[in-house]
Amino acid sequence: MLLRFFLMGLDRKAGIVLTILAILAVAVPVMTLWVPADSPFHLSVFTVSLLGKYLCFALLALALDLVWGYCGILSLGHAAFFALGGYAMGMYLMRQIGPRGVYGNPVLPDFMVFLNWKELPWYWLGFDQFWFAAIMVLVVPGALAFAFGWFAFRSRVTGVYLSIITQALTFALLLAFFRNDMGFGGNNGLTDFKDILGYDIQADTTRVALFVATVAALALSYMIASGVIASKLGKVLVALRDAESRVRFMGYDTESYKLFAWTLSACMAGVAGALYVPQVGIINPSEFAPASSIEAVIWVAVGGRGTLAGGILGAVLVNMGKSYFTGALPELWLFALGGLFVAVTLFLPKGLLGLWGQLTAKLPRRNKPSALPNAHPADQKGA
Amino acid sequence: MSAESTLLYLDGVSVSFDGFKALNSLSLVMMPGEMRAIIGPNGAGKTTMMDVITGKTRPDTGTILFEGDTDLTRLREAAIANLGIGRKFQRPTVFEPHTVWDNLELALKAPRRPLKTLTYAISRDDRSRIEEILDITRLSALRNRQAGSLSHGQKQWLEIGMLLAQDPKLLLVDEPVAGMTDAETEQTAELLCSIAGKHSVIVVEHDMSFVRALGVKVTVLAEGSVLAEGSLDAVSSNQQVIDTYLGR
Repeated sequence: MLLRFFLMGLDRKAGIVLTILAILAVAVPVMTLWVPADSPFHLSVFTVSLLGKYLCFALLALALDLVWGYCGILSLGHAAFFALGGYAMGMYLMRQIGPRGVYGNPVLPDFMVFLNWKELPWYWLGFDQFWFAAIMVLVVPGALAFAFGWFAFRSRVTGVYLSIITQALTFALLLAFFRNDMGFGGNNGLTDFKDILGYDIQADTTRVALFVATVAALALSYMIASGVIASKLGKVLVALRDAESRVRFMGYDTESYKLFAWTLSACMAGVAGALYVPQVGIINPSEFAPASSIEAVIWVAVGGRGTLAGGILGAVLVNMGKSYFTGALPELWLFALGGLFVAVTLFLPKGLLGLWGQLTAKLPRRNKPSALPNAHPADQKGA
Repeated sequence: MSAESTLLYLDGVSVSFDGFKALNSLSLVMMPGEMRAIIGPNGAGKTTMMDVITGKTRPDTGTILFEGDTDLTRLREAAIANLGIGRKFQRPTVFEPHTVWDNLELALKAPRRPLKTLTYAISRDDRSRIEEILDITRLSALRNRQAGSLSHGQKQWLEIGMLLAQDPKLLLVDEPVAGMTDAETEQTAELLCSIAGKHSVIVVEHDMSFVRALGVKVTVLAEGSVLAEGSLDAVSSNQQVIDTYLGR
């Protein structure tokens, strides 16, 4: 049954995405570890970590597109789930440091020793085990999203009001995590990681392995998301995005549908954050900043909302642009980002993938149906 | 009259919005399999009546019972729909990005919980039921078309088809022929008549020739309560009805 679920989501677009990811998963390790350093095909470990970071953002964008593109829930706080997953992973990595910290305390992380704490707070217990941290990466963002969604959707908060409270959610977490007595390292966050699963986190092989893990997580999440979208549940989601009360009068409890997609999306964002932290080596409260969530919305808008693949494309392209701009013309980056958002909204309402769809629609070839309304008429496999 | 053998039983239902009495002690009884036309001037409370039956609006006072014992005033929209009350809105609302087939598949009577729909695989019975509805609504040739690209009349028909797929015990239809051509209006009347019998139907309509074509018992609403009830000929010769509605 699980196989059927995954097969259902496999269309041509999914084939392209998964093929590209498979090529990356093979080519990047080969080019980094086995191609000699003087060859033009050699990739530096720095580049690998940068690519890994882009793919973590791509996973966040995929998660966001699931709720924004398919349920019409514009979340301006998705980075909160990303950061919570990141903190769960960061806590595991902190516990792995053990006595190698500056203060040499075998149990307490440095910042707790510095704050004169005598013992580990209860919520840090268990994070010395990878399996426990891995579960928390899913459970913490998932539980928060479930509780938040349960109240928000039951109260029928929708549209811009919902967007505003998601923004408030991430801002509240930002302020909370800034506080030293929360026990998450305050302003500095968690850093100075040494090992992951017993492997040196700085080693080339570990870096490459983390990259491959990110590719795998992205591929799996893509398959789950496209399986969900292709299922009848996915059709209900698209239906309620456009005409929620109609779906309700048809007997569907739309709140629980939204809650399902919302929680699933938060878990995916959590995984993205957990893979991000070991690759960049730090997690601090700035990840909760409202601007991070808004940037994620821009990635999805640029790539094409309601397409899944568009979020991935947008996240990678915009972040490549960001890497270039912040190096070459740092003072111009925010203007470029703002301009990009305006330009996409005005000229490419369906994003880059929408543009590609329009171009290919002119060719005498069959096109995949797009999930967005007003898209080109679709040939459906339905019957 | 006792509520027991009835399908729908409204007694003394009142709703007011900011002091305006949209429904004023409305009482109405529908028997299983019955078809009823509701007419009345604008603001008579026709749409509000549908809202209170389907759970969109909570009545201030009054009783609404379905099948004699289920109190509809306590239930949410989705729960009421699952009891077997379907509703068609004035403006056709089909799911535009989906195909005609998918629209019917979504409406088709089947478990409505998220985990059930996640793992749903269409069965042979479901498939033949959808084929049957496509046939009834004359949309067979358009099954793979996006619903958004249908004409107004086709959307109306698709929506009626979706209600058939839902297989409700009671069907509430709000102005089904608004904006239709004469030929489409006639076909729609035929379609609704063929539905009645298996399902109970309440039709709200302004178009008198359409109501005549249905040939069913008529209830006239005015200012939130029932003004007259009976055959179309009987109510249209009622002096009160002429004064408040038909005469104008």
